[in-house]
Amino acid sequence: MSRDRRLPPILATFALVWLGLGAGPAEARLNIEVTGGVEAAQPIAVVPFGVSDGLIPPVDIAAVISADLARTGRFRPLPTRDMLDMPSRHEEVDLRDWSLLGMNSLVIGRVETEGGGFRVSFTLYDVFRGNQLASSSLVSTKAGMRNTAHRIADLIYEKLTGQPGVAATRIAYITASGPGEGQTVTLRVSEADGYDAQTIVSSGEPIMSPAWSPDGRRLAYVSFENRRAAIYIQELATGRRDLVASHPGINGSPAFSPDGRRLAMTLSKDGNPEIYVLNLVSRELVRLTDHFAIDTEPAWSPDGQQIIFTSDRGGSPQIYRMSSGGGPAQRISFEGDYNARASYSPDGRSIVLVTRVNGQFRIALVDLDRGFTRLLSNGSLDESPSFAPNGSMVIYATIHGGRGVLAAASVDGGGNQRLSQDTGEVREPAWSPYIN
Amino acid sequence: MEPSLRLTTPGTNGTGLAQRPHLASDRIMDARVTRSPAHGTRRRLAAPGLMCLAAVLAAGCASAPKPAPEPVGAGTRPAPTTTRGLESPRPVYAGPWEDPSNPLYNRTIYFDYDTAEIKPEYVPLLQTHARYLGTNTGTRVTLEGHTDERGTREYNLALGDQRAEAVRRFMIADGVVPDQLATLSYGEERPADPGHGEQAWRSNRRVIIQY
Repeated sequence: MSRDRRLPPILATFALVWLGLGAGPAEARLNIEVTGGVEAAQPIAVVPFGVSDGLIPPVDIAAVISADLARTGRFRPLPTRDMLDMPSRHEEVDLRDWSLLGMNSLVIGRVETEGGGFRVSFTLYDVFRGNQLASSSLVSTKAGMRNTAHRIADLIYEKLTGQPGVAATRIAYITASGPGEGQTVTLRVSEADGYDAQTIVSSGEPIMSPAWSPDGRRLAYVSFENRRAAIYIQELATGRRDLVASHPGINGSPAFSPDGRRLAMTLSKDGNPEIYVLNLVSRELVRLTDHFAIDTEPAWSPDGQQIIFTSDRGGSPQIYRMSSGGGPAQRISFEGDYNARASYSPDGRSIVLVTRVNGQFRIALVDLDRGFTRLLSNGSLDESPSFAPNGSMVIYATIHGGRGVLAAASVDGGGNQRLSQDTGEVREPAWSPYIN
Repeated sequence: MEPSLRLTTPGTNGTGLAQRPHLASDRIMDARVTRSPAHGTRRRLAAPGLMCLAAVLAAGCASAPKPAPEPVGAGTRPAPTTTRGLESPRPVYAGPWEDPSNPLYNRTIYFDYDTAEIKPEYVPLLQTHARYLGTNTGTRVTLEGHTDERGTREYNLALGDQRAEAVRRFMIADGVVPDQLATLSYGEERPADPGHGEQAWRSNRRVIIQY
């Protein structure tokens, strides 16, 4: 007799430990390294924020803002040691000093206690014109100070570029440590700068394909706990989760529709990998593709009208597009013999995908209007590209020093950064939407 | 390094259970599935004592109240009545596939890159297993599909599924009852060789017949 490989239901219930976001101490963080491409960056000075007597702020606000701005590849913050003076109030500012240092912009600010927390105020100056571009104050708890700094960075970024910033967003990713069978796989969520990484799922079996809900409050993912693939949707604040697909065969590639009411996915319950859409309200499951080839990796257009996906129906993996209601599909990728895992930019005008070039797997940006393709990465096994919600950067997985790490590249070619952990592999990054 | 078994109790990190209403009642325990290469697939709970401890922390070991069910229908699970097999240090002879001198011992077939086509050289191996399953109709196997690391993870999950499915169809054509055959694709998630070169890739593109 064969031995039953599946866990009895009660053990299955306990096959996993998870913690809600907001629970547990901050764990291993991702270390960020800016790896180049800042020549065209604008010079900006973010002066260390002033404090009222005796106050020691829990976070160096100016340092966090500077790092956030530098990471975008659009700004080159002035090192503190090069500053001639350190004003924190309007009356202390002499813009000629900053003009002398070649600065385009200047940020000053103060941290004061308010109630049980803090009030953080800041002013952004245009050094050339000599005027204030923005001045505002935010109330923050002690624990929320880094986030407050990210929000200020985003306000500055938006004022200076005309585009919303993404410093206050998050990334979800998978980590793996230890060898094959004995390894621990986790799904984690950190701030966009790699800080405050928290494990939300931990398992001895693979976890794959994290996908954000459009409101940034839930993650869908594939877990192999119980020795079969299943798709879960987990609420970040509470750790509660819901099993949404556990059919025979594969249950993969979850992707929320832009309205958050439907989940596209790949199932092979009918004998072959096909794309389905599950209505999360009615639980109705609709099959969209019907082909003996592989159809997988569905991604929604920003308006929810189209779904693009990977299919090898033409003999090699390529990207196809169909209506999100199903129907005929047309091929939309033409360069190269391997194109997969495509997703739309937030404005819907381009897609990012994995392409094979001379045997190397790289991240490429395809302009849908002009059919123009540009490589964003130069590794050999790059994968899992994910757009920042403002479309300015793409985060992806790559191998560096023989280890899985994450990297981010500016879509305009301006900046690059690398995110790694001290130990273990990091992979499958998913950039969150804007989080309020 | 992360501990593989994480128990969180009120007071250990200052956040308390109030923020995590499900931690206490739901799933605190980690049942680990381990495999012994010598005995095919074996199941073992890594920390039975901790399971009980966790249950005590959660609700009291003997008379645990019913846990909150998972929020929506498909995920609902029964109340926690748990039983467990006796752990024995003695090797268990599960079947002839564990005997290195038996032809059933070879349970892995390999594939070329980006294809689910069964190579002719593996047909005799599959026929041997199909014959065994044909005469041992109570035996069930899982056909585990794997790929190398090249290409995207979800595409590889689909490719591993197609490989397992190709073996399943072969065996059904060879007389095995479909009910005896399950498929499970791991894609590139469970490499036999974690390396990044041709040799590793070759040994990772496989289907394993798991008894």
